[in-house]
Amino acid sequence: MDLSSINPVLLLASLMVAATPILLAAIGELVVERAGVLNLGVEGMMITGAVCGFVVAVGTNSPWLGFLGAAIGGALLSVIFGFLTQLLLSNQVATGLALTLFGLGLSALMGQGYIGIKAPEFPDWHIPLLGDIPVIGPIVFQHDPMVYVGLVIVAGVWAFLKYSRAGLILRAVGENHEAAHALGYHVVRVRMLAIMFGGACAGLGGAYLSLVRVPQWTEGMTAGAGWIALAIVVFASWRPGRLLLGAYLFGGVTVLQLNLQAAGAAIGVEYLSMAPYLATIAVLVIMRAGRAPGSLGQSFHASR
Amino acid sequence: MIMLEKRPQPSRGWTFATPVVAVVLTMFFGGLLFAALGQDPLVTIRTIFLDPLFSEFAWFYRPQLLIKGAPLVLIAIGLSFGFRAGIWNIGAEGQYIVGAICGAAVGLAFYPIESFVIFPLMIIAGAIGGLLWAMIPGILRVRFGTNEILVSLMLVYVAEQLLASMALGALRNPDGMGFPGSRNLSQYDSAANLEIIAGSGMHWGVLTAFLAVILAYVALSRHIFGFNVRLSGQSPRAARFAGVNPGMLILSCMGISGALAGLAGLFEVAGPAGQISIDFNVGYGFTAIIVAFLGRLHPVGILLAGGLMALTYIGGEIAQSNLGLPIAAIQILQGMLLFFLLAVDVLTNYRVIWGRQVA
Repeated sequence: MDLSSINPVLLLASLMVAATPILLAAIGELVVERAGVLNLGVEGMMITGAVCGFVVAVGTNSPWLGFLGAAIGGALLSVIFGFLTQLLLSNQVATGLALTLFGLGLSALMGQGYIGIKAPEFPDWHIPLLGDIPVIGPIVFQHDPMVYVGLVIVAGVWAFLKYSRAGLILRAVGENHEAAHALGYHVVRVRMLAIMFGGACAGLGGAYLSLVRVPQWTEGMTAGAGWIALAIVVFASWRPGRLLLGAYLFGGVTVLQLNLQAAGAAIGVEYLSMAPYLATIAVLVIMRAGRAPGSLGQSFHASR
Repeated sequence: MIMLEKRPQPSRGWTFATPVVAVVLTMFFGGLLFAALGQDPLVTIRTIFLDPLFSEFAWFYRPQLLIKGAPLVLIAIGLSFGFRAGIWNIGAEGQYIVGAICGAAVGLAFYPIESFVIFPLMIIAGAIGGLLWAMIPGILRVRFGTNEILVSLMLVYVAEQLLASMALGALRNPDGMGFPGSRNLSQYDSAANLEIIAGSGMHWGVLTAFLAVILAYVALSRHIFGFNVRLSGQSPRAARFAGVNPGMLILSCMGISGALAGLAGLFEVAGPAGQISIDFNVGYGFTAIIVAFLGRLHPVGILLAGGLMALTYIGGEIAQSNLGLPIAAIQILQGMLLFFLLAVDVLTNYRVIWGRQVA
């Protein structure tokens, strides 16, 4: 194996790209869970976003419209979850699983005519001045715009939860829905909005895979990315800052194993491909999760 | 204004009625979906739900029903213990794969010796393989408090890679001229999971599935273990006061589901599938989750639900070849079924009140 063929600058640069789909999906789920809802359907919403984004982008020849379509597709799918869990009070774990199974089937059906087609080009930005800095420029400032959109969303969620009144209400609903209800907040309405935001973000993450990362449509292409996003939310103790760390850590493992595959490591390709999943398990074991939102996963029913 | 009022106890009537209502709703909305795909909805639904049982070729499809249903029922029975106790093993697909790999490896190790002990040894190896794979999330949960949902799911992807590595490497057929995939176990008499009655579809896995249904029924309704499982699900605090060791309960539930999933994998690899190959697993582990819920986590219900789900698989294949219906549409149909079941379930636990809003 030839380790010198691995360029550390390129490695770190592709780390940011590899982390972006997970980051997008995870920040959406973080908001959902802070509102006290456990949506295990991230994988299903991601893959639906991936196919919606691809179909729209190919149809309109515009990646930007593709991402918009993906966000709408993911949000629409999440409405099913919201309707079942919030209005019909179904079990959140089971409903999330159903959403994933349904999303996998739906995406396979929608993507039938799109296998083997190339997505429209989504060029990288070369940010003037910043992008010219040696080493740091190529790592941080020469990516496609969605990488920065992801970072902006993370920063936005952080500020929203920490400083805004709406963020406080959302946290109150997640910590203790009975108390929030007693104060006159609309628990179900807040949660529905959070669920839709989560769906839109998961859709964006999926579309990033089908439009930028791969960029093609193949069935089941998310390959567990949605589940890893869920794990990263736990790892991050429901805090946006640590979410960023978790996503980049995961991106690093992914990129490193891909590079080792390319460099011809003595370990089998299959065993290297296990690395991201094993790393996720290891991280879940080592990092003791912080305290989860108080009402996480519980149904809310306003009894009289 | 429609209001929901919590029932003091779940309604018994609706407990039995909801799966039926869910199936009817799924057929209706499935029909709409098929119409949207340009098919005749009535013909498609008849093809999926009735043709496997009553058409002129039903003699061919009926054995298939047992073959497809057996792994679903076996896995779902195992899952039902954990789901009742609030332990979510959703990685049965991985345990199914590892059970198949372990069982097949034992069989292939003896090749070409013929002996009656080989198949029983393979069964034991399959069960142990699935059990150990399920112990990973179980032990991590008990020892470190790690979320068993995420770990068991991650291990599905690990198992898929392991399967690929086995099909291409360690277990590859040395006489296979370099093609991926192991020797065909169903052509190796001592290791083959043969039909007990020829042409009936009744292989050893089907028999095991029926046995599992009976044993699970006895365990859940007549044994202290089943009582502890149900108690932990309904009130974990009360269970602790009653002396239930939560760690042991988690390990037993994970172990049972893992072992049964492993068995399902072994019976599949030694019989209908025949060999370890890259695309050996077809998602039984995930469909079994739907089967478990549709069967209300009750052994007899699971048996019926497994039959119905097997029907959609076979009917789906017929609809694919005769009507050109995409197989993904069947996947959507199965997902829809779970959605409707969960939606209608509100009627089991809540009473719907129509009328004026009481201030």
